[in-house]
Amino acid sequence: MTSASVSIDRGAPTRPRYGSMSRDRRWALRWSYFFLVLFAVFFLTPPLYMLITSLKTSAEISAATNPWWVYHPTLSNYIELLTSNMYLTFFRNSAIVSVFVVCITMLISVPAAFALARMRFWGSAVLATGVFLTYLVPDSLLFIPLFKMFAVFNEWTGIQLINKWWVLLVVYPTLTVPFATWIMIGYFASIPKELDEAALMDGANYRQILLKIFIPVALPGLIAATIFAFTVSWAQFLYPLAFTTSPDQLVLPVGIITTLIKGDVYNWGQIMTGALLGAAPPLIIYAFLMDYYIAGLTAGATKG
Amino acid sequence: MVDAVISDVRAIDSSRPKTGMRQFLRRKSSIAFLMALPLILLIAVLVLYPAFYAMYLATLNKSMQHFEPVKNFTWLFKRETFWMVVRQSCVFALTAVFFKALIGFIVAHFVHNIPAKGQRKWRGMLLIPWVIPPAMSTLAWLWLFDPSYSAFNWIFAHLGLPTIPWTGDAYWARFSVILINVWYGAPFFLIMYLAALKSVPEQLYEAAAIDGASWWQRIWYVTLPMMRNIIAITVLFSTIVTFANFDIVQVLTAGGPIDKTHVFATWAFRLGIQGGDIPAGASVSLFMFPILAFCAIFILRDIHRRGNEAS
Repeated sequence: MTSASVSIDRGAPTRPRYGSMSRDRRWALRWSYFFLVLFAVFFLTPPLYMLITSLKTSAEISAATNPWWVYHPTLSNYIELLTSNMYLTFFRNSAIVSVFVVCITMLISVPAAFALARMRFWGSAVLATGVFLTYLVPDSLLFIPLFKMFAVFNEWTGIQLINKWWVLLVVYPTLTVPFATWIMIGYFASIPKELDEAALMDGANYRQILLKIFIPVALPGLIAATIFAFTVSWAQFLYPLAFTTSPDQLVLPVGIITTLIKGDVYNWGQIMTGALLGAAPPLIIYAFLMDYYIAGLTAGATKG
Repeated sequence: MVDAVISDVRAIDSSRPKTGMRQFLRRKSSIAFLMALPLILLIAVLVLYPAFYAMYLATLNKSMQHFEPVKNFTWLFKRETFWMVVRQSCVFALTAVFFKALIGFIVAHFVHNIPAKGQRKWRGMLLIPWVIPPAMSTLAWLWLFDPSYSAFNWIFAHLGLPTIPWTGDAYWARFSVILINVWYGAPFFLIMYLAALKSVPEQLYEAAAIDGASWWQRIWYVTLPMMRNIIAITVLFSTIVTFANFDIVQVLTAGGPIDKTHVFATWAFRLGIQGGDIPAGASVSLFMFPILAFCAIFILRDIHRRGNEAS
């Protein structure tokens, strides 16, 4: 009898019914909120402190006042950065690189995922595993040989790749394509076979099946892969740091670190503003498309 | 009717003798191969080839004119910095992954505990560190850790606690890079474990409650076994990413003070790109390879096992 009542109490922990909720259950809830607030403070302190600092003048930053409070809020840091040609160049470079990389990634990974999910060919199973393994090869293992490869490429063909922003269009797909393909294989494989068989019976060719059936049906996966490719190429730091040096070729993360930090002079108000504006595009995408973002994140592990 | 006409046309079409190339292009497997060709080329030219090229580069001397298979490695083994980097990389990755997984697991339970309608909001808020590009958020930490204006030290000073040399002292600097990595990576684990928690059938907890299991026993005998796969794969995956981490260490300390926080990636960057000794840099980065291969084998085994279960 006792155990039966216990099972009713614990039966639906996610939907507490307040009338029958036991005392310790209510306490568990309170403790959960308490610790969640604690962890939220830990997780949100750096971005909030970025915002606080970005609203201060240099004089207030170096004054001995409470660093956690803005006494004289000002937008001068934002105005200064958004009218500075250099910062706008970084932003434009980042935007161009990310948009192109997203397009390249999708053009490579969607057809490949379709072929790997639906049309078997010699070596396709090995390739599917290989795609996943490629995803595990980190950028920090490849940047030195790639650097040398581009130098040798320049000697052979006379085409300069190092220190040009378009070199990033060549290297970023190595980071985005494998995972995007992997996500798309998962989504395509979950589409019922009857759907494309019916289309084949109606005389559709593979191009039509891909464009008219698979892409519309797997649109959530496509959006997740797009978001992934964009955020990865927006955040990438090692490749641009190694491959580009002149200020007009830099992308945002490297630009902020190499030009706003001049020797020992740290203009923290501007650095924080630059970093916050640089973090804005991924944050905005995340705010509006959170469910797709999280779907893409969990797809890698659960579809695997 | 239309279908019949089309299939008639096709039948005629296929009965016609064709040239080799046309026939090749018509076969299903050839179309598939062509669709995957850009992917294959990308992997071969920009991932596989550089990986092997790195091994070749590691066998050259600094000017890259002479073939000296072991000289780079004997040079590395004789340097104290190298062994420090090995130790720091291992300590950094293992500690960071452990705490990321632990915090992710704990916070996932808290989020899972609260009413469903609030979960989305909390989840959205707690994932923010993962969304901000790490190079940018590390700048915020660098400012929070500033030697003279540290906002943390301001709080400590007001509470009457001793201030902390966050990036100045070797041990605190090592602690700081791990802290940032945990801050950045724990939300990823949180999301994964939250998704996994939701997939554990409620009946199992009911049965455990009827048998009089304590909360600890429920976690040990129900939650952990049910989440074993996802825990294994996230930990292995994160181990690879953390071992290869570059952004956080480079922005926060750039390896300092006196090379004490260098990991493989940042030291390879220092030697290979900044120092201009590409073979030395390549040989340092190659030491990441055994760890990566080790994790990759386990991940692959897991995928194959799951593939077999599915079929």
